[in-house]
Amino acid sequence: MNVSLFIPCFVDQMVPRVGLAVARVLERLGHPCEFRAAQTCCGQPSFNAGYWDEARAVAIRAVEVFEGADAVVGPSGSCVAMMRVFYPQLLEGTPHETAALDLASRTFEFSEFLVEKLGVTDVGACFPHRVTYHDGCHGLRELRIKEAPRRLLQAVRDLQLVECDEPEACCGFGGLFSVKYPMISTAMAEVKAGSLARTECDYIVSSDPTCQLQLDGWLSRYGRHIRTIHLAEVLAGTEP
Amino acid sequence: MTPSSQSAAGIHEASDPHGAKKKFLADAAEHVRDTDHRAFVRKALGGYYTSRDTQKARYRDWEQARDAASLAKWSAVNRLDVLLPQFVAAFEANGGTVHWARDADEARGIVLELLKAAKAKAVIKSKCMTSEEIHLNAAMERDGYGVVESDLGEFIQQLRGEPPYHFVFPCMHVRRDEISDLFGRHLGSPPTDSPEELTMIARRHMRRLYVDADVGITGGNFLVAETGQISITENEGNARLTAALPRVHIALVGIEKVVANLDDLSVLLPMLATAGAGQPLTCYNTLYSGPRQPGEPDGPEEMHVVLLDNSRTALLADPEQRDALHCIRCGACLNVCPIFKNVGGFTYGTTYQGPIGSVITPHLRGLADWNHLSGASSLCGACTDACPVRIDIHHHLLHNRRNAARTTPSRLERLGHRLFVAVARRPWLFAAGGAMFRHTLWLAKRLRLPLLRAWLATRDLPPAPAQSFRAQWKAKA
Repeated sequence: MNVSLFIPCFVDQMVPRVGLAVARVLERLGHPCEFRAAQTCCGQPSFNAGYWDEARAVAIRAVEVFEGADAVVGPSGSCVAMMRVFYPQLLEGTPHETAALDLASRTFEFSEFLVEKLGVTDVGACFPHRVTYHDGCHGLRELRIKEAPRRLLQAVRDLQLVECDEPEACCGFGGLFSVKYPMISTAMAEVKAGSLARTECDYIVSSDPTCQLQLDGWLSRYGRHIRTIHLAEVLAGTEP
Repeated sequence: MTPSSQSAAGIHEASDPHGAKKKFLADAAEHVRDTDHRAFVRKALGGYYTSRDTQKARYRDWEQARDAASLAKWSAVNRLDVLLPQFVAAFEANGGTVHWARDADEARGIVLELLKAAKAKAVIKSKCMTSEEIHLNAAMERDGYGVVESDLGEFIQQLRGEPPYHFVFPCMHVRRDEISDLFGRHLGSPPTDSPEELTMIARRHMRRLYVDADVGITGGNFLVAETGQISITENEGNARLTAALPRVHIALVGIEKVVANLDDLSVLLPMLATAGAGQPLTCYNTLYSGPRQPGEPDGPEEMHVVLLDNSRTALLADPEQRDALHCIRCGACLNVCPIFKNVGGFTYGTTYQGPIGSVITPHLRGLADWNHLSGASSLCGACTDACPVRIDIHHHLLHNRRNAARTTPSRLERLGHRLFVAVARRPWLFAAGGAMFRHTLWLAKRLRLPLLRAWLATRDLPPAPAQSFRAQWKAKA
């Protein structure tokens, strides 16, 4: 299956290694990847801030950019939820509604694409570490992804997966919320990072680079040694 | 000794357009620093999670039960025009009297008139959030009536001069030793660490007050249209005494509380208890049909229901958010909300705290003043998953944000989003802007530009990579 990579703007500019890891895993499994350079951002920041008219313009572009792709795969539950769940709402009643629904049916978050669409759980990776998994809220509650990343991790050689006491608690990022209400956002990070750190694992695995930004930001500031890593990097066998 | 439960500490009306938001931000900042309090609240809710999960597991299919409960409320909320008159006719046939209150002012007026007509001196109340909503206690006290809250948690809050911290667990933030001190000061009781003893102290104090009260005021969890009955859910038996012992019983109930029949009630009562308190059913669930009938030995001589609108019909007129009227005030969304757990109940400054409060308060009290509550969310969606009647809570927060951006946009913010969109629509500009962002991030960090400053105050930010994904991909090909 030809895969069109959906590289969220944050991944493009701040953590390109995550996008490269996604491509490496998929290509190793025999699925060639393309990157349509006309893509930019999914528009979620404006959408979440309430500026739907502005977000709509970005959404229409994205729908056009990914026209005709077999599968659109992105390494972020949040940005994939924007495309799959919120584009059809945002473009409801516009001439782009059908195209948005069509794109939604072809768009997948990385871990669910592997497990649900390709039927793969063992990608042949090795990662000799004790890890815990942080559920990003959009992946968990908008896309209902809970088992796929865990099944992938359980199949990684030499990897030990442990659960924290609050796996489904939010990290507190929430996009612009993190800087508009920084005190609440930070308190949430403290609670979640605390729960994750109590597992005494080597890495916190996540499927959302912006959750990683939040958790690492807090862990680094408060002198904790544990760090996050994206699921794709674990599966690519490329430690940072 | 009747301190008001609507002290200045709790209900603050916005004095200027941004007053409520400023106070929210200041109170939130102060609250998150109180790590002991936050840990106390988290721990208090730990027991709830366990018992809630135990009770949920006793359902053959909790998700299907949610569907049934949601349908029962949906069909009632969308047929208020039929069900409310049906309730009224049945209730009046039983000898009760119905009053319609368009807003808080009218509702207070009706209750005060009833108190006057009853020549009341003392009033006893059971837990009633609608009375908090219309600031009833303060109005009654202003007119010289003695008012006592009979629900233990509400009684504690009344003695403390605070509104409820949580609309189901009003004093969940108060430690046992603080309650012991409070009772010692106000009731002259000896110090004790035993919850049973503390309950008995309040109970001994309360018994005489039930007998002395001329009027009992309650809320109502459900109105059953078919039978004209008011259903009240409680754990202490205080609502029964409040409704049964005084000469006059007044129930103040929101119009959205009506359900079609007893079948629907039988779905909702256990779900209210499970979602709200982790109980299979609460200890007491009572249906009140009207005043004492000829030949009956007890019950009030008069029974009145005040049906409160207070902007509920305005919410009903919004098809997108109408399901917020399904709310059965179980509090499950507060119990799972990371915002509630970290900022505490008082920071909201509203009658209804937590996610559902953030959704409905803009409808009850104005979007311009209360939209910040919808902004104060990471949109994690834990509330929506917890809601037993499937209100789309976190998406309604998004809807409120959108409505506010339309009606009262911040010019600066809108400009920012328009600029962002202009860039996002042009891949070359996006790539160039991204490169500029990456190469100047170190400088922006040092200059502590506005949004970065908020981030950097408590969190680190990694350095930007030299090359973007798109550049590396192009080089690879």
